Amino acid sequence: MELFEHSASELLEMLRAGTCSSEEITRSIFRRISELEPSLNAYISLSEESALETARQVDRNRAIQIDESPLAGIPIAIKDNICTKGIKTTCASRMLQNFIPPYHATVMERITNAELPVIGKLNMDEFAMGSSTETSFFAQTRNPHDLNRVPGGSSGGAAAAIASGEAIFALGSDTGGSIRQPAAYCGIVGLKPTYGTVSRYGLIAFASSLDQIGPMARTVSDCALLYQLICGKDPRDATSLSSNFHWNLPSLPSVKNLRIGIPSQFFGDGVEKEVCAAVLRGAEYYQSQGAELTEVSLPSVHHALSAYYIISSAEASSNLSRYDGVKYGYRADNPADLQDLYCRSRSEGFGQEVQRRIILGTFALSSGYYEAYYRRAQALRRKLRQEFDEAFQRCDMLLTPTAPDVAFPLGERRNDPLKMYAGDICTIPASMAGLPALSIPCGYSTEGLPIGMQLIGPTFSERLLLETAYFYEQTSGLKEIRPVFRSCGGKEGTK
Amino acid sequence: MSILSSQYETVIGLEVHAELSTKTKIFCGCKNEFGLPQNTACCPVCTGMPGALPVLNRSVVEYAAKMGLATHCSVASASQMARKNYFYPDLPKAYQISQFDHPICRDGYVEILGEDGEKKKIRLRQIHIEEDAGKLVHDAHPTDTLADYNRCGVPLIEIVSQPDLRSSEEARRFLEQIRLTLLYLGISDCKMQEGSLRCDVNVSVRKKGSDRLGTRCEMKNINSFSAAVHAIDYEANRQIELIEAGEEIHQETRRFDDQKGISTVLRTKEEAEDYRYFPEPDLLTIAISADDLAQWQASLPELPGEKFDRYIHQLGISSADARQITESLSRVEFFDRCVMLSPENAKQAANWILGDIAKYLNETHQEITQTKLTPESLIELIEIIRSGKISGTSGKTVLSEILTSGKSPERIIQEKGLSQISDTALLQSIAQKVVEANPSSVEDYRKGKGSVLGFFVGQCMKETKGQGNPALLKEILSEILSGM
Repeated sequence: MELFEHSASELLEMLRAGTCSSEEITRSIFRRISELEPSLNAYISLSEESALETARQVDRNRAIQIDESPLAGIPIAIKDNICTKGIKTTCASRMLQNFIPPYHATVMERITNAELPVIGKLNMDEFAMGSSTETSFFAQTRNPHDLNRVPGGSSGGAAAAIASGEAIFALGSDTGGSIRQPAAYCGIVGLKPTYGTVSRYGLIAFASSLDQIGPMARTVSDCALLYQLICGKDPRDATSLSSNFHWNLPSLPSVKNLRIGIPSQFFGDGVEKEVCAAVLRGAEYYQSQGAELTEVSLPSVHHALSAYYIISSAEASSNLSRYDGVKYGYRADNPADLQDLYCRSRSEGFGQEVQRRIILGTFALSSGYYEAYYRRAQALRRKLRQEFDEAFQRCDMLLTPTAPDVAFPLGERRNDPLKMYAGDICTIPASMAGLPALSIPCGYSTEGLPIGMQLIGPTFSERLLLETAYFYEQTSGLKEIRPVFRSCGGKEGTK
Repeated sequence: MSILSSQYETVIGLEVHAELSTKTKIFCGCKNEFGLPQNTACCPVCTGMPGALPVLNRSVVEYAAKMGLATHCSVASASQMARKNYFYPDLPKAYQISQFDHPICRDGYVEILGEDGEKKKIRLRQIHIEEDAGKLVHDAHPTDTLADYNRCGVPLIEIVSQPDLRSSEEARRFLEQIRLTLLYLGISDCKMQEGSLRCDVNVSVRKKGSDRLGTRCEMKNINSFSAAVHAIDYEANRQIELIEAGEEIHQETRRFDDQKGISTVLRTKEEAEDYRYFPEPDLLTIAISADDLAQWQASLPELPGEKFDRYIHQLGISSADARQITESLSRVEFFDRCVMLSPENAKQAANWILGDIAKYLNETHQEITQTKLTPESLIELIEIIRSGKISGTSGKTVLSEILTSGKSPERIIQEKGLSQISDTALLQSIAQKVVEANPSSVEDYRKGKGSVLGFFVGQCMKETKGQGNPALLKEILSEILSGM
């Protein structure tokens, strides 16, 4: 088994035992990248030298027995909307094609202080707007399970890299499902934490009240370890919250008497039968292990999608106004005047989907329309939160599909934004309510494509969600048949 | 014009922007200081770098709430920041973080002395918190405009009045009252030449007796009180002329050019921007507890209006003098210290401060705190004069010496030999000489012209080089003259 195939937890054991070095792990990843990247396009930029430098430093420290942080030496990859000091951070946009942040995001300070070699920056939908990584200004990332299909999005680069062994784990971001949906499409684990538990300082804003950084990995434990590293209050983010999260499982957790709610609204029209069936089999597995299944209802879920696109676009229209060609980023050549500088810089610098959302959001906030759109969307958001609260009176967590479908063919929805948006129907409710939610693989379609199961819990229930997912991962038997490295350009055989 | 304008009433509302003198900026740790080298007092937050987030400086909340308390506003236990969206190169985020429908303070008032001499309440609609924008520099480069972001994120409060002002003079007094209140609270340095106090002026006119408001025009970014006065007068006249010519007033924003004394259209109502305000999602609701509020209330200093009343009613100072003293923070502090040291000499201290000391400060362009004079030495000087040791005239000499050297009055009197002559015999002989030398004046006195006595005293003072005790001399002279 190659080093890149191992989980972070396994690699940590090996590092401790001295059976491998951080440099060897890092080199193994870069070899894998040079092999697969031509067909996968998961990364926008790579930082091999500095990653190896960090790895060697960790190895030197280990040799002289300097105390290290728990994840020291395990290479990580970063979605390209998280600011990395001195390393290009593009948001997969022409607008920021050459933007080198002068500062680290708070999560990057944590990563740097903990001495994790940073492999590179991952592809994504432009400014995280999209569900297929097709809106990236750069190359098209492909799904390692089927190169003709999308990896999901917007953290599609992260999901593809992790699933294929181009990364052990990664930091993604999730606004309406951007961690969970690609995790589901690529058959990995992704956690969107409670809003506020991970600092957004240095995460290039899409929709401030929804954006959240979170971990993506091949195993639940790896997700948990990474979350433990990045969570916690940050004085530079006024919306951040302290969270008391520790991942130290003495033994396999039990699901006995765990009350799992099954909200009917997530299993209705628009959700593929195969997906429903696989997810319900997951629920039944929990039941067979002693959990109680309860039907619950969240009526406002039906309107959540519309409300989400109003709120997220409204915030985006404001957040993205700063890209005006004046200070940094793309600037149109030879502007005739200030107005021309603004118009052309933004028209030429932003892709079509980003422009669509800016226009939508600007409209929703306009005088005369604000009450009808933005305010009503906020009211719906509050109502949805209430319904979740009520549901959590009756159960400990909800179990739903992560996405209504499996990875779709490249280009299928590129010209059908509404169909693309509809794919977010299962992930958006937790985002709107600020709740933690994770996706784990729970089966495969007849075509062999991964299906994701979503667990949604009350605020700060990350530990319960991760334990429950861990139980499934360890005991359901699905783990063995996970075809993580299948069909990558035909060169790789199934492991 | 004047006959015409007397049939009209001007209605004015003001929006005053004051930069707060907090140590750091409103949303980051950058220094809040004027005059630093360009683009050196800024960071990813105040220059709107991708991914940077604002964190509200709590001192800004405290300062704004104190201004609210000082102007009788209700201070909200929960208020909210909002984004005001517009594009301009001095605004790096392309939105200003401000407040919209949930400002920190509402419904207050400021008292001014109306033109009829009666106190008048000018209502405040609200006070809200916001950030300042940067500055564009147009003359530093031959072809390009450059941006200096040092001022980005400097905390501001905007104080919005109701349209309660009726003349440019009332507007000036209102602005002065706001300036003094800010200064007394110590929350703004109010340096207009540095732009730390600016205002927008809303003006409309209507026929006297009408209770309907006319169409208003706004003039933005006026940065001196005199410019505000000129802008209001110009605008009121312009509107009256239009109405008299049978034309309509259009609601518009105008730019007032104080150099040329005219205003021109900046944008019409149709061109007005839609700021697309919405709650700032990066910041939490601003919560102010009852404890915070009580603490801030308790820490408020005595405010200009309160001082004014105390000076008049407790110290017996004239309202003109009280107004003059309260107008300057350094003066008021100096005077209050004098009163503390010696309440019975308050009026004397006021006379000195507004007389010789003010004259000296004017001539030397100084603040009282920049001189060597202390309240202690002024009171000492007043006491010495009162005791009769030196005359008031000599007192002036002593004062000017204290102002520059800082020596004690006693020492100056000694060094200059200024002690007053109170030797009755000596003064009698001098008085006798003076009377004999001026027979025609003696004749006048006999004819009942009492004012001649003053002339004789003056002559005696001249003889004694100002050291004669004038009260004693007056007594002696009366005796001599009435005996003649």
